[in-house]
Amino acid sequence: MIEIKNLSLSLGGFFLEDINLEVKDGEYFILLGPTGAGKTVLLEAIAGLCPIKSGQIKVNNRDVTLLGPEKRNIGFAYQDHMLFPHLTVAMNICFGLRHRDESKREIEATASRLAELLGISHLMNRKPDTLSGGESQKVALARALAIEPELLLLDEPLSALDPETREATQRELRQLHDQLKVTTIHVTHDFEEAVALGDRIAVLGNSHIIQTGTPEQIFRSPNSEFVARFALARNIFEGDVQDGRSGQATFSVGGTKLAVVTDLRGQLHATIRPEDILISRKPLASSALNSLSGTITHMADKGSIIYLTVSVPPDFSCLITRRSYEEMGLREGMTVYITFKASAVHIF
Amino acid sequence: MRSLTGMHLSMSPMKLVFILLGSLIVLFIFVPLFKMMFSSSPASLLDTLGEGEVAASILLTLYAALLATVIGFLLGIPLAYLLARHEFPGKRLVEGLIDLPIVVPHSAVGIALLFVFGQRFFFGKVFHAMGIDFVGEVAGIVIAMLFVSVPFLINAAKEGFKKVDVRLEKVARSLGASPWQSFRRVTLPLARGSILSGTVMMWARGISEFGAVLILTYNPMIAPILVYERFETFGLDYALPVAAVLVLVCLVIFVTLRAIAHRWEAK
Repeated sequence: MIEIKNLSLSLGGFFLEDINLEVKDGEYFILLGPTGAGKTVLLEAIAGLCPIKSGQIKVNNRDVTLLGPEKRNIGFAYQDHMLFPHLTVAMNICFGLRHRDESKREIEATASRLAELLGISHLMNRKPDTLSGGESQKVALARALAIEPELLLLDEPLSALDPETREATQRELRQLHDQLKVTTIHVTHDFEEAVALGDRIAVLGNSHIIQTGTPEQIFRSPNSEFVARFALARNIFEGDVQDGRSGQATFSVGGTKLAVVTDLRGQLHATIRPEDILISRKPLASSALNSLSGTITHMADKGSIIYLTVSVPPDFSCLITRRSYEEMGLREGMTVYITFKASAVHIF
Repeated sequence: MRSLTGMHLSMSPMKLVFILLGSLIVLFIFVPLFKMMFSSSPASLLDTLGEGEVAASILLTLYAALLATVIGFLLGIPLAYLLARHEFPGKRLVEGLIDLPIVVPHSAVGIALLFVFGQRFFFGKVFHAMGIDFVGEVAGIVIAMLFVSVPFLINAAKEGFKKVDVRLEKVARSLGASPWQSFRRVTLPLARGSILSGTVMMWARGISEFGAVLILTYNPMIAPILVYERFETFGLDYALPVAAVLVLVCLVIFVTLRAIAHRWEAK
């Protein structure tokens, strides 16, 4: 169990205050916040790589607050991986093991076991500058895992990857965690990533932890405007993906069925960006589109754009310019049609 | 086709003017050195090198500069690292101070050193008690060379350290490395190209020093002073072969070490 109590720090003009977190054994914990919220700094503070002003950090009941990073046994992987460029992949993975009382044979065995687990055995003699983003990500993971850390800290592990690698790596991270059960704190600014991976999520903003809870709690009942900006405005649904007509897939949420484009099947999440949803007074006829009728239950005026909640059910958040809003003469309680492409629905 | 386009581009008026001006300065450096080396016959160069006094002075120059470089390395690398990694009050001042030896006239440097390490002065007395004298001794040559050449090493090493992402050190620490171990296993190997080229520059600058050494230690004579003395006493014809030999030796060493440093840096 990881306990962070009343942690405060300041760095340049930037500060974090009164950070409290509890991460359970084997938990995959997500720290979610916008860019510049200080997520990386907080991770560095936990690892002992950045000085703190006050507070306490405990790892499995061991107070590590005053220990140097090398004595904390906390694995760290940076967003841009930070592989040692002068060392081969194998030497990178073994780096931390050299500081232990282990024989060369044991070290090599650990390294090759991890390399195999992560599918990078064929890269062992390569230098980091010859690796793809996904490959170096895995090397960074193997290197951090090699020291058998009591806590693994991942700083935006997916954001430096191209979209395809990203999706695969996200699945692999989850599988790896299910296998190894290493307590993990994963930092991200991506709400979908947080929901897909996290057992629990803490939202960081304005120098504080704003809300902590399961993904469900965060996106069903955000406790503030700040968290809502991350969650509600994004149309996140949990439902079932099945084979649909003519090779397409269907996502069912409640009684509503959506045509989606995905190879995944089973109990999954779907998101639709509010700006991808078209609102009209009359149905738009097209077979490639999802077209649903619903009632406007809420409107939030944001100046030149307006957020509408359309209850089908479920509730869809939609975005419309003030001009179209006025031209169409929309009001709360009115029945409208919402239309979006199957490819606009993201399944994860 | 491609080379034709290249030709066309390279002949833009601006490029032409720049090439012309650039060639002038290259020739300005090259011609005197070249002419000097080839105005003495290879046989007379060999003869000169065989002369005991010349060989001894060249060896002394190389040795003293090497000693200065070793001291500069031990004291300068830690400072370079501090300057690259940390902000502290007075940092700009320290950095300015480090550059000062490059701009101060070197005869003045000699006088300044004399005022500290001369036997009448405090540090001179302290070192004298330890059995080290500076004026008229090899130690005097070494401190003169150290003073004027150490900025090259410190500045090069500082730039080298700056290029090593501090987060690489942080990762090393998280993997169990102490600050010493992370410095030795990560920082130093990654900065070694810059450090080596700085070391070469420092050594070369030490070898070429004349003014400050002249004030502190005329005898035993380093090669630059020997050149000067032969010129003053016997005239151009006698100074020339010694100067040519000195330049040749420097050139060979410098080119070799630069090539090695370059290869290291490229890695």
